[in-house]
Amino acid sequence: MAKIERQHPIELDAEVRKHSFCEVTDGFDEERALIEASRCLNCKNAPCKKGCPVEIDIPEFIGFIKEKKYFEALASIKKTSNLPAVCGRVCPQETQCEQHCIRGRMEGPVAIGTLERFVADRFLNEEIEVKKPERIGKSVAVVGSGPSGLTLAGDLANAGVDVTIFEAFHEAGGVLLYGIPEFRLPKEIVKKEIENLKKLGVKIELNTVVGKTVFLDELRKQFDAVYLCSGAGLPMFLGIPGENLNGVMSANEFLTRVNLMKAYKPGAATPIKIGKHVAVVGAGNVAMDAARTAMRLGAESVSVVYRRSREEVPARAEEVRHAMEEGVEFKFLTNPVRIEGENGAVSKMVCVKMELGEPDASGRRSPITIPNSEFDLPCDTVIIALGTKSSPIISGSAPELEVSKKGLVIVDENNKTNLDNVFAGGDNVTGAATVILAMGAGKNAAKAILKLLEGK
Amino acid sequence: MFEIVKKTMLTDSVIEYVLNAPKVAAKALPGQFILLRIDAEGERVPFTISDYDREKGTITLLIQSVGATTMRLAKMNEGDCLHDIVGPLGVATDLSESNKILLVAGGIGVAVLYPQAKYLKSIGKKVVCVMGARNVSLLAYLEEMKQVCDELYVTTDDGTYGEKGFVTNVVQRIFEQDKNAYDLVFAVGPLPMMRAVCNVTKTFGIHTVVSMNPIMIDGTGMCGCCRLTVGGVVKYACVDGPEFDGHQVDFDEVINRNRYFSEIEKQHVCNLTGEVR
Repeated sequence: MAKIERQHPIELDAEVRKHSFCEVTDGFDEERALIEASRCLNCKNAPCKKGCPVEIDIPEFIGFIKEKKYFEALASIKKTSNLPAVCGRVCPQETQCEQHCIRGRMEGPVAIGTLERFVADRFLNEEIEVKKPERIGKSVAVVGSGPSGLTLAGDLANAGVDVTIFEAFHEAGGVLLYGIPEFRLPKEIVKKEIENLKKLGVKIELNTVVGKTVFLDELRKQFDAVYLCSGAGLPMFLGIPGENLNGVMSANEFLTRVNLMKAYKPGAATPIKIGKHVAVVGAGNVAMDAARTAMRLGAESVSVVYRRSREEVPARAEEVRHAMEEGVEFKFLTNPVRIEGENGAVSKMVCVKMELGEPDASGRRSPITIPNSEFDLPCDTVIIALGTKSSPIISGSAPELEVSKKGLVIVDENNKTNLDNVFAGGDNVTGAATVILAMGAGKNAAKAILKLLEGK
Repeated sequence: MFEIVKKTMLTDSVIEYVLNAPKVAAKALPGQFILLRIDAEGERVPFTISDYDREKGTITLLIQSVGATTMRLAKMNEGDCLHDIVGPLGVATDLSESNKILLVAGGIGVAVLYPQAKYLKSIGKKVVCVMGARNVSLLAYLEEMKQVCDELYVTTDDGTYGEKGFVTNVVQRIFEQDKNAYDLVFAVGPLPMMRAVCNVTKTFGIHTVVSMNPIMIDGTGMCGCCRLTVGGVVKYACVDGPEFDGHQVDFDEVINRNRYFSEIEKQHVCNLTGEVR
């Protein structure tokens, strides 16, 4: 096979972008997209497809790109994914489709994600006529408007089901809106995807907390089926002294203030304080988002503090690279032991050095404290990005719903809960995971719900 | 949109709003709260639901103008609409197990205690309340409380109405006279007042419940902004509260956390004299 280097997307210069909330990656232009598409070997068994939680026919859509049939390429993706412009930007492709690409053994896998984005973006500003499918006289309530709910809503609406989404916030989009920053996923794209769903007839009720404003048993009476996809819940903290000092916050709080409440805009009603030196604890995608956001808000230094090594970092490779390019410092094998303050506000985080020992239950080598390695990390803001635990709101108001010890909703292989006609998927089932896994759950549940409704 | 159906100036700085919010009114219970946003750019601010009318689909809020949002609210009139109201949030209060309850209200805290007093009355309990404010002009819901309470003690710091001094003086006196007079104290008001009441009741060993009002964003447990330490454990006021065992609350921490944005808030107002934003 011919050796062609993997094409790199067009990116804003790190020095420029670290002061700007503009999108970092501009994706491929047509020339690069065509070169990249030509790298696809169109393997018969298409190993890449197995890596996609929503089973996009990857060789097919890339084949259409090769022929410059971009609309057909988009149609091919849309057969199984409702959110290509989103997935092309935020999926961890390197551990999914691209991980299985045969080209990966040679000069790097085909840039499937960037190609997906290229196709989606080409039609982003075009009014695509949506044919409202014939109604089948069935209704489904969707609890949460994040990626899982939007995916399921799209699939069901396309099948003629009357879908109503209940959203707790004042705007729809869930984590796509409050969690992922503008520079990685412009909110206009999320809004457009939601507008498209509305065109399909999907109704969205904002400011509605299921478990408080309406109860699950009411929804079960009013709708033929219910899908619970309320997302992750309460942010986790370290449980170390000083965590409630002013200047210490969860990544959820920090990102919600900036992304949803637009605290980065001058004169915004919702305030944010950033300080000179920011420490971010954790090294997942959310930690990268928080660190890069802190940089853009004008922090002089941003350190990511992670107790394992570079190899174990759970964030997407691209996010880590971008963060490093933008000047975020990484303190690997470092663990905070306490946070100290002056006048009620953070002044430093005391950390210890770690080394890696034997693999733990997760298969990763577990970090062990190196004795007498304590040192001070001066900082005035600490952002904790350690993931989340389940929210008690829905389960608390519906004790008949079966949840695990951790409070996560228990489902079977069809994403069905122990209650008739009630399904669940996304972070409230898996714990904090990725957008695409939540979408995969939405797809799976949509299939099961359609089957159920057909039988009714 | 959520219309202001009725706006009443109760005192110079305390305004009662009756708002059209049928979904909230349908489910509201004493002790719960809502979050509101004035407009599409507004911040999310929590307020206790001080009354609700399920038939009319309205909720009542008692709001004191202290920050950017409340000052903007004060300029709004009947017929104007708020962009968002979400709720009812938090855990409802249930004091019905106790038969000897003393309610203690400081300033705007009466917003929480008035519906509670009404509820207790409706289930046949004796309602006794100590309410206080800095001066007579800040005594909201005085007439309403007179109506609903079997016994009402009123204090003002400056003596412009009722007994001169603090609510804690009355609470202290009540328990000095009979330390078994009440088995539960429910105190709501500014943080220093709640702390002071707790200090008094602690010496008599009287279980005391307080209502917290920390800074919040989502109000559903997602952001952790409203966290506080209760009995050494981190709790979220929005989903675990807003009411907690007052003897267990780390008041110093809560007071410090509530101060976090006070400088920004001040700048917020004086930069735009007249037009608060």
